[in-house]
Amino acid sequence: MALLEIDRVTKHYGTLEVISDLSLSVAEHEVICLIGPSGCGKSTLLRCVNRLEEITSGEIRIHGDRITGPGVDLDRLRRDIGIVFQGYNLFPHMTVLENTLLAPMKVLGLPRRAAEEKAMVFLNRIGLAHKAGDYPDRLSGGQQQRVAIVRALMMDPMLLLLDEITSALDPELVSEVLDIVRDLAAGGMTMILATHEMGFAREVANRICFLQAGKVYEQGPPAEIFGNPQGERTQAFLRSLKRAGRL
Amino acid sequence: MAEPLIPGDEAGRAAAWRARSVTRTHRGRAGATLALAGLTFLAVAVSAQHIGSYAVAQGISPLAATLPGLVAALAAAFVLVMAGRAFLKSLAAGRSADVHEARALGAEASLGAWKALSWAGALLIVTALAWFMATNDAAVSRTFFDLALIRDSAVKILRAFGTNIVIFAVSAVLILIWSLVVAIARTLPGEAGKPLRFLAIAYGDLFRGLPAIITIYLIGFGLPLTNLPVLSNLSSTAYAIIALTLTYGAYTSEVYRAGIEGVHHSQVAAARSLGLSHARTMRYVVVPLAVRNIIPPLMNNCISLQKDTALVAIIGTIDAFNQSKIIAANHFNLSAVTTVAILFIAVTIPQARLVDRLTERDRRRMRAGG
Repeated sequence: MALLEIDRVTKHYGTLEVISDLSLSVAEHEVICLIGPSGCGKSTLLRCVNRLEEITSGEIRIHGDRITGPGVDLDRLRRDIGIVFQGYNLFPHMTVLENTLLAPMKVLGLPRRAAEEKAMVFLNRIGLAHKAGDYPDRLSGGQQQRVAIVRALMMDPMLLLLDEITSALDPELVSEVLDIVRDLAAGGMTMILATHEMGFAREVANRICFLQAGKVYEQGPPAEIFGNPQGERTQAFLRSLKRAGRL
Repeated sequence: MAEPLIPGDEAGRAAAWRARSVTRTHRGRAGATLALAGLTFLAVAVSAQHIGSYAVAQGISPLAATLPGLVAALAAAFVLVMAGRAFLKSLAAGRSADVHEARALGAEASLGAWKALSWAGALLIVTALAWFMATNDAAVSRTFFDLALIRDSAVKILRAFGTNIVIFAVSAVLILIWSLVVAIARTLPGEAGKPLRFLAIAYGDLFRGLPAIITIYLIGFGLPLTNLPVLSNLSSTAYAIIALTLTYGAYTSEVYRAGIEGVHHSQVAAARSLGLSHARTMRYVVVPLAVRNIIPPLMNNCISLQKDTALVAIIGTIDAFNQSKIIAANHFNLSAVTTVAILFIAVTIPQARLVDRLTERDRRRMRAGG
């Protein structure tokens, strides 16, 4: 059974339909890249999966269990679904270490020492152990984003949502963040990425979904989507990226 | 190919640009400033002489009487020189053949003239104040600054000021807690939070609309009449604390609320997405961030609370103001009230500086780490 099933989901903001009758299913250990023009609903879709946004109709299931509709314990749900945002959203009044400790200690009830040990293992792995006592302001965007990933990983999520995590970064900082995502993919983490990094998407994704006007317009393995796109819109989108030198 | 985005005619644009480039000498303003500086010098010198000799005649030591006037006159002379130099620079700018040198001179003339103008204005205001104090046989000075009376009443006033400090300290602590409670009620989410949210709004509207002095009056004189256990038998200081807490709680809760609502929603999204509940998100993320952002307005409320402790005089609490009023009535002179005024000012200024330091330190710490 699929880990995540998005079943005929529609999302309105007032009269604006951001997601329209979209279905998508994600198997365990799969890495899905959502691509598409701005406003096609990539970010909204991710935010619907952990219910930061409410869907208008349809349903979303995790391991067959419906997580939309009333009565779902959202805090419980979000423990297991990590999300990393475009703007990092680290807590500015906490040090790097405190940022990573907050949820494990307050939500999972992990003792401080155990949480710290775990955090330091992660921070070591991303090469930021020496920044553990620093406040986020002192870190570059790339470093902040890596800490944000660690903060999400501290909860041992079974699904990780990455919402354009390199879009706010200076170009030379992108690779340090993508390296971590690459490691996670190699380690079998199930991930959905909304991204504009086509080269990376091609390399790391099992499946590319091209979103257009709130629908999955075309999907398939990277080689097919990038090498031989079938849909007219997909072709146009990839052509415009090529013209801008982004592909 | 379509029309180019930028039209041509470069030579025409260049000529127009050069034609517009003129040198400004600011002669008019420099000249007017020089004239005003001259008048200021005259006014200050005459006033210093006149007021100084009057003070000496009143038995003030010649040094103390002449020194302020001398300083003022010297300052006026300095302003005159400043204005003169600005005017000369402006003349030189007009004569100079080198455009760039002329521009530099013109700019210096302009700045010099502005500086001289603002100094002259300040000196004229100070001179006017000196006249206000000295005129009519120094009636103003005698009424407000009777040094002997200030000295004799100081101990009594200081002791009564202790009451103000107690009222201030206790209500400040109560307000900080109470208004946070109100602000959290005011920002409760969803349908279930509605009744408490509504109550918090009603409270805020009521006590922000009600003048503090009326709240104090109603509580200080009203509660004792109710014969309620405990509540009707408190000291007037306690009533003052209750009244000020209610009034300032309403204001301060609005400050908190602004801080809470000013926390970027992405911070809330980050906290909630980690599985933190609304309460924990408030406790660990929103309120700590909000408090950091509102320290200056919070401290401003604090300062204004301190001053409003003087309002309790209306219900008969013997605070510094009430004490000074008694002394003023006995001596038909307001100098004891001046003492109170000075005390309030002296207590407030260091706090304002402290706020600056705290904000600066917090900003540095968040930036620098550790």
